[in-house]
Amino acid sequence: MRVALFVTCLVDGVVPDVAKATVRLLRRLGVDVEVPLAQTCCGQMHINTGYAGQALPLVQQHADAFRGFDAVVTPSGSCAGSVRHQHPALAARSGQAGLQRQVEDLASRTYELSEFLVDVLGVTDVGAYYPHKVTFHPTCHSLRVLRVGDRPLRLLRAVQGLELVELPDAEVCCGFGGTFAVKNPDVSAAMLSDKLRHVLSTDAEICSAGDSSCLLHIGGGLSRTRAGVRTVHLAEILASEPVPA
Amino acid sequence: MSTFLGLPAPPGAPPTAPPGVGHLRGDRPFPEAAADALADPQLRHNLGRATRTIRGKRNAVVAELPDWAELRAAGAAIKDDVLAHLDTYLLQLEEKVTSAGGVVHWARDAAEANAIVLELVLAAGATEVVKVKSMATQETGLNEALAAGGVSAWETDLAELIVQLGDDAPSHILVPAIHRNRAEIREIFLRAMGGVGRAADPGLTDDPAALAEAARLHLRQKFLDAEVAISGANFAIAETGTLGVVESEGNGRMCLTLPRVLITVMGLEKVVPTWQDLEVFLQLLPRSSTGERMNPYTSTWTGVHPGDGPQEFHLVLLDNGRTAVLADPQGRSALRCIRCSACLNVCPVYERAGGHAYGSVYPGPIGAVLSPQLTGVAENPSLPFASSLCGACYDVCPVAIDIPSMLVHLRERVVEDKRAHSRIPTSEQALMSAAKWTMLRPGRWAAALRAGRAGRVLGRRRDRIGALPPPLSAWTSTRDLPRPPEQTFRDWWVSSNGGHAEDGGT
Ligand code: SF4
Repeated sequence: MRVALFVTCLVDGVVPDVAKATVRLLRRLGVDVEVPLAQTCCGQMHINTGYAGQALPLVQQHADAFRGFDAVVTPSGSCAGSVRHQHPALAARSGQAGLQRQVEDLASRTYELSEFLVDVLGVTDVGAYYPHKVTFHPTCHSLRVLRVGDRPLRLLRAVQGLELVELPDAEVCCGFGGTFAVKNPDVSAAMLSDKLRHVLSTDAEICSAGDSSCLLHIGGGLSRTRAGVRTVHLAEILASEPVPA
Repeated sequence: MSTFLGLPAPPGAPPTAPPGVGHLRGDRPFPEAAADALADPQLRHNLGRATRTIRGKRNAVVAELPDWAELRAAGAAIKDDVLAHLDTYLLQLEEKVTSAGGVVHWARDAAEANAIVLELVLAAGATEVVKVKSMATQETGLNEALAAGGVSAWETDLAELIVQLGDDAPSHILVPAIHRNRAEIREIFLRAMGGVGRAADPGLTDDPAALAEAARLHLRQKFLDAEVAISGANFAIAETGTLGVVESEGNGRMCLTLPRVLITVMGLEKVVPTWQDLEVFLQLLPRSSTGERMNPYTSTWTGVHPGDGPQEFHLVLLDNGRTAVLADPQGRSALRCIRCSACLNVCPVYERAGGHAYGSVYPGPIGAVLSPQLTGVAENPSLPFASSLCGACYDVCPVAIDIPSMLVHLRERVVEDKRAHSRIPTSEQALMSAAKWTMLRPGRWAAALRAGRAGRVLGRRRDRIGALPPPLSAWTSTRDLPRPPEQTFRDWWVSSNGGHAEDGGT
């Protein structure tokens, strides 16, 4: 099985450790993951801000970059959601039948990390060790676009040493929403402050999620308020191992 | 390449709702109006508590139906059939209403609807009318139009009464006074009731039962005095020409039966083909809106009956931009909406910004879609962006309207509209074009990411950046940004031979 890592533009440029962790984790599970360097960005920001016309060539480029792989895995629920739902809709509207076929085919082979681990590899215990108290924000697009359900929680519960604490109102949006955070900064900040309040109420050391974008938003708020809680991506927790004796 | 999306409306396209009349447009952009509500702790508290309670009730009664998904699919399918054959069903409805002794009026827009109603009221010799809650007449601004014609209109739903006496605007489809608490309501009753009818007892407390009793006594007099009643409709059944109102307080039934003349104003998408279709909506609506298995009062009426109920019945069918919505294949499913308000109650943006921020009689997620659709996006350009696209609205919508996708679609129309009206690209357009140009070539992209690391100087002293210039200051006003990494992932991948160089080649 040829597996490609869809890094996502944000992880590539801002939080590369998340992609490195994903590579380490997959290799530990016996997957020799490849990174096609022709990939850049799925165009979600363009699509969600109203620039679908500009996004179309990016959709084409994304589909070309991942041609020939059996599975594409990404540490982002939101980007997987865009590839699986927005790309096919956009390609269909463009009237380009070839692109539509290509995009639909790629959509059916694209997985968010927790889906790939649980559904494709069939593992929930990935052999990780992480002795911390963790709470998990499930992120909107993983929940309501991809329907990953409790897969991330099942993975976390199997991590040795990890104490998982439930996040109150977990399913409520953190207020990131891409350009929403910049176009509606006050409402976004109000949503963030409620999310932070819930995170702090758990007394966890770490707030985790499967999306770096939401984590940057939540982490940015936690850091600003000197809350003493860190954000760590799901991939980084799952990649952690006991320090060898 | 980019012209296949969001083309401007061709000549001869159906008209949108005209400006200058009704309540579909705010006078400020959403982010600005929302800031007011965010600064009002009492409002935030009321909204948070009320929406949380309704959400919980709704979830419980929906969860107990094993066939909710099928009901929802059926509701969507019936509405889609109606929208596809609207001309047929509306003509059938007109014929049946007429043969049952009613009169049907067609109103192209809000101004026409208001004029028709005013004329009917004056013809009946009335200077006062009672009303049962109707979104359509709020949309057209009927009360103001009647007042300008010398007619006083009295709202008879408890919440609408509070809003009207408080000289306020409704903030929620179903709970219009959700932004008021009972102490405020007591004050409003004491202050305003006496001036317009039966006064409240000066010893009135803020006990909910006492407040309801004060409203009941005040309204009872109004019902008995009124010659004309005005209602909306939740549905109209084409096969028999029957209208229906679903309500909780019984004031609707009073309005529909006591006065001599009944005028119903209804958006033309509210028609359903048969009584059998009603079965679906009478299950979907109360569970989604008030979280009840069944609503307390469901009234249906067909034409007029000598010696029983109203002796004159008029049905005003309102377009006001609906045909324009119907003409947009990607947007038309917004007309499935049965105004249950479930999407408002789950919306994290609505819960914090409140209804008034939307500037329209239709607030919340569906309002962010419907208002710009009805007026044309040029007049409500900030509403499609008033959402984080979290998708909670789509999940609860009983007729499965994919609100997030429609918001994205309307954002495209806003961008196209701006481009069509200005030759100079906005800074956002320039940014998006530059981003696309960069992202289309992996080489350029890698170089841009490397250049982005120049931002490391911003956070030199800590590993976080605390302040950036506009427009990014909107981000750093409340959140830090991590300092860019030393090396991008792709540079690491190449320089470390896929990480193998680092870990000694596993
Ligand atoms: S869009 Fe759906 S959930 Fe919102 S009010 Fe309409 S029917 Fe109810």
